[in-house]
Amino acid sequence: MAKNRVTAKVNGDSVEFLCETGQTLLEVLRDELRLTGTKEGCGTGDCGACSVTVDGRLMCSCLMLGVEAEGKSIQTIEGMATGEKLHPLQQKFLEHAALQCGVCTPGMLIAARSLLERNPDPTEQEVRDGLAGNLCRCTGYHKIVEAVLDAAREMRGA
Amino acid sequence: MSEMRYEAPKTLEAAVALLAGANGRAKVLAGGTDLLIQMRSGRMEPALLVDIKGIPEMMSIVAENGGYRFGAAVSSMDLIEHKEFAKAWPGVVDGIKYIGSLQVKARASVGGNLCNASPAADSVPALIAAGAVANIVGPKGRREVPVEQIPAGPGKTSLAPGEIVASLRLPRRPAHSGDAYLRFTPRTEMDIAVVGAGVNLTLDDKGICKQARVCLGAVADRAVLVPEAAAALVGTRVDDAALKRLSAAASAACRPIDDKRGTKEYRIKVAGVMARRAAEKALERARNN
Repeated sequence: MAKNRVTAKVNGDSVEFLCETGQTLLEVLRDELRLTGTKEGCGTGDCGACSVTVDGRLMCSCLMLGVEAEGKSIQTIEGMATGEKLHPLQQKFLEHAALQCGVCTPGMLIAARSLLERNPDPTEQEVRDGLAGNLCRCTGYHKIVEAVLDAAREMRGA
Repeated sequence: MSEMRYEAPKTLEAAVALLAGANGRAKVLAGGTDLLIQMRSGRMEPALLVDIKGIPEMMSIVAENGGYRFGAAVSSMDLIEHKEFAKAWPGVVDGIKYIGSLQVKARASVGGNLCNASPAADSVPALIAAGAVANIVGPKGRREVPVEQIPAGPGKTSLAPGEIVASLRLPRRPAHSGDAYLRFTPRTEMDIAVVGAGVNLTLDDKGICKQARVCLGAVADRAVLVPEAAAALVGTRVDDAALKRLSAAASAACRPIDDKRGTKEYRIKVAGVMARRAAEKALERARNN
């Protein structure tokens, strides 16, 4: 059975890949494109570790098939820093020690960036709501929320 | 899964033909938030996936005869962020907002929430209370049925083989109408309803309720429309006495199961409480428009 040929954009670059129908976008990113920054947590859309944006929308890459990416523009954690320069969210996660094992971190960062694009000045509650689809089992949420609020302040120039 | 084929037809006719040619081994793919998990667990092993998101009719939200029609594959986020739709049917949007995380709602469709046929589906009681009608396309053509006739039990629908829910229609609503959906869950986010309640009501110029619909979720094998609870409101100012009768009627209509989320007894009690609170919220909205 022939594989599906898919053309998409990943972090602004055009990519072409072959995938089986059952392969998720997460599997394609990690196993075909070797972009292993996006993590698999639960694999069932509950934990948000595999969060990416597709045409600007925050999604779980485990809940989308690779073949559905045809013509779409995907942003992953690999596209977040500019060269060696970290995104303000990444910098603030480091400063606030908002991570321990790090498995949830790429998804947290992608979800946080998506939140701040829609709402540059969120309340603490809005940050918590915006990250409700992302589970962290070690740091807890307080430092993550603090880091996002701090990054939002900096990004607003406040 | 390696043998599985993928097709993305551009028309409903092509989608129906693909389903008809697959001997029942095809599945419709909209947001995939239920289907991909069922495939991953091995519960579902389709030979063909028919991705319907390339079909314009299934992906659009349009004003129609003073009401709205939206494609069954439209994502939850697209409906939530559609300002006019959200203003017209706030209770339906209450239900859609509960479907899952932001990530899940970016993919999950209301048509999928309906056709996955979970008794606890959050958008379904709200749609039924709103009087939503499903437009169905199949090998024998089109038909329209009220949404309450589609769920047939956990994971089961009344759709014939090869039929697809193409769109959902919400009728024009009179002035002084309001709807609301509330659910009870132990967590505030990312949880499955222990009980859900949708209420849609219309007041006359004097503030008397002239029509109402009440629907409960997660208290039976499918969403339950409760005409007795609606009747408790009609002809009243939706006062305390009417709300008490509504509560009692809602509890009486429950046929729940015991599970880890709640006992039968608990669900029956909570259904009355949630129905009352949803009616109060719907009333407030009706008074404000």
